[in-house]
Amino acid sequence: MAQKDIRLHVPEPAARPGEHPDFSFLDVHAVDEARHPDIESRAYETYDLATSMIRVLDDDGTIDGQWDPGLSDTQKLRGLRHMITTRLLEEQFWLLQRQGKAAFAIRSLGEEAVAVAAAMAVDASSPGYGEGLDMHFPTYRQGGILVANGHSLFEMTCQVLSNSGDRLKGAQLPTLHSVKECGFFTVSGNLGTQMIQAVGWAMAGAIEEKRIVALAWTGEGATAENDFHSAMVFASVYQPSVIINVVNNQWAISSFQGIAGGMNAPFAQRGIGFGIATLRVDGNDFLAGYAATAWATERARAGHGPTLIEWVTYRAASHSSSDDPSKYRPADAAASWPLGDPIERLTRHLLTTGAADQADIDTLTEECRTVVNEAVDKAEKLGTINSGPKPSPAEMFKYVYAEMPPHLVEQRQDLGY
Amino acid sequence: MATMIEAIRDALAVMMARDDRVVSFGEDAGYFGGVFRCTEGLQQQFGMHRSFDTPISESGIVGAAVGMAAYGLRPVAEIQFADYMYPGYDQIVSEAARLRSRSAGEFTAPLVIRMPVGGGIRGGQTHSQSPEALFTHVAGLKTVIPSNPVDAKGLLIASIEDPDPVIFLEPKRLYNGPFDGHHDRPVRPWSRHPLGEVPEGYYSVPLGQATVTRRGEAVTVLAYGTLVHVAEEAAASSGIDAEIIDLRTLLPLDTATIVESVKRTGRCVVVHEATRTSGFGAELSAQVQERCFDHLEAPITRVTGFDTPYPVGLEWVYFPGPDRVVRAMKDILEY
Repeated sequence: MAQKDIRLHVPEPAARPGEHPDFSFLDVHAVDEARHPDIESRAYETYDLATSMIRVLDDDGTIDGQWDPGLSDTQKLRGLRHMITTRLLEEQFWLLQRQGKAAFAIRSLGEEAVAVAAAMAVDASSPGYGEGLDMHFPTYRQGGILVANGHSLFEMTCQVLSNSGDRLKGAQLPTLHSVKECGFFTVSGNLGTQMIQAVGWAMAGAIEEKRIVALAWTGEGATAENDFHSAMVFASVYQPSVIINVVNNQWAISSFQGIAGGMNAPFAQRGIGFGIATLRVDGNDFLAGYAATAWATERARAGHGPTLIEWVTYRAASHSSSDDPSKYRPADAAASWPLGDPIERLTRHLLTTGAADQADIDTLTEECRTVVNEAVDKAEKLGTINSGPKPSPAEMFKYVYAEMPPHLVEQRQDLGY
Repeated sequence: MATMIEAIRDALAVMMARDDRVVSFGEDAGYFGGVFRCTEGLQQQFGMHRSFDTPISESGIVGAAVGMAAYGLRPVAEIQFADYMYPGYDQIVSEAARLRSRSAGEFTAPLVIRMPVGGGIRGGQTHSQSPEALFTHVAGLKTVIPSNPVDAKGLLIASIEDPDPVIFLEPKRLYNGPFDGHHDRPVRPWSRHPLGEVPEGYYSVPLGQATVTRRGEAVTVLAYGTLVHVAEEAAASSGIDAEIIDLRTLLPLDTATIVESVKRTGRCVVVHEATRTSGFGAELSAQVQERCFDHLEAPITRVTGFDTPYPVGLEWVYFPGPDRVVRAMKDILEY
């Protein structure tokens, strides 16, 4: 028996700054490889889907395989529009932060397909958000859900600027939105905490015997939190209609996915261990993501329980406006990502099938740009974190309790309000 | 007549019958009815979907409760011992307490988290803690602690009806009878105490209102939970004309009742079982000092647990019994 030296194993990414990006660890499966099982399948019957990768859109723009969701050209163009809008809007948020007009910014650059595809698939299964009872529990990188669900871009920008149009009255960091009418739960900002809340929400739906669906969202990094474990245990025990989405964008600030335990088994495989049906999907393939969410949603609404979906994607931008990825990964890493860019891939498909020509795409992009710029200009006129009317200091005390208790009244009065 | 256990069970049954949104769950809290039997019979009466067992996961219990409450239910979660609460503390502090403020009222968490607190049952350092100050320090929570069955039922009903998250602390040494600190004497059951006469049906005791359990003029004793009975025994055995205030709700605090009393007596002893440093007694002392300074005849004195873990072998050294309360009252009366 061969003996190895005993020493602490600390996983390291394949490439650091100055080196060539190396994604050889990623097995890119063929588009026609993954099986599309019955929605009534038992969890263990999805084992092959937890280890392979659901893909529909091939590199040349053609589509193939059992997971083709069969979307119309109109639906595909709508998906493209939402992704482009999300990218342009977050680009503006980034600039506002750089200009000192917003406290903070965060982008989903390179992974826009994840939130947009999921939101559209859930909405298509129950237009109008099941009377407000279908609910996403997003992280800060799923702003695309709000875009896809038709939230006002102006309101989103006001929140980012913390101006007087901010519906959260300055209580929450930029991009940590709360928009109940769009099925978008208040984003905590603490990582991992909301997965179990999504499970609780789905349990409540089951207690009331309603066919709702709750969607938990986490990055791969926060699957290391105990909340992932408790969410999976509760989902396994009570079998509620919850979809636990693990967005594996390879990076948790500066820590690559190996630090969260992703090197020896895909995150998706953890679902099988808990007895939860699991899908691993090409996160930059809009059609595959849509199909995976549609499958899990249909399964949940039919009463067959929870699903875990791992979205394999890449965080092309820095973690946030407070981060500099050139310090820990090759500068051109995103350009070498084997699964490409979600907007480029869907665009290529639309061009290949003739659903659109380049002029159509250019027009669509310009329309998105106009809508985004108008919303941002209008929001800026209301003020920024540094200018314009601020929320009254009284607002700080207003929402701590339903009814303000005496000690808070006293503190507010001491402050002069 | 009812024990505090029966009173709590009664409150849950009353509310589950009145309101379909009320659900009860926790470790061993379903079929078996909880290790202290507070939820016994609820599953049989209201069904598996209203009263059920949970995995051994306090963060899961509280986190699921947050999701259910945000959805629109009125979950009542049981943490088996307050000492086990810490894995769920993040969900309490970062989530339940802040949903309302961070969403400007869009999402709320009207839930109750019940947990047994305090020592005196040979529980050692993992079954005896009193972590109330860890909750009163958190903006967005309410913290309630009854000292008898009548209040326990009324306060629990008020807590379930409250639109905000309520931490409901149950002094476990009081579950079966009032306890005056004399551990070497026979246990007195609630059936021999007037506050064991729990009214039937629905009633509530409003949160944020203290009650004076003994009128007096010499010194004000601020107490809650088990220590209310210890303070009463201290007054009875010493003959000191103490006014004893049972706070019942720690947050929001009934400052008016405290201030009226201390201004009249000019002296104040604060008692609690929890560790002393940064305990809730420190807050009480500060409030009394800020609001009653000109009326004080002596320094405010605290009688508390020591700043040590709760030792099973030295439980009665740790426990702030009536002798220590008497000594504190005498000290400031002779000041």
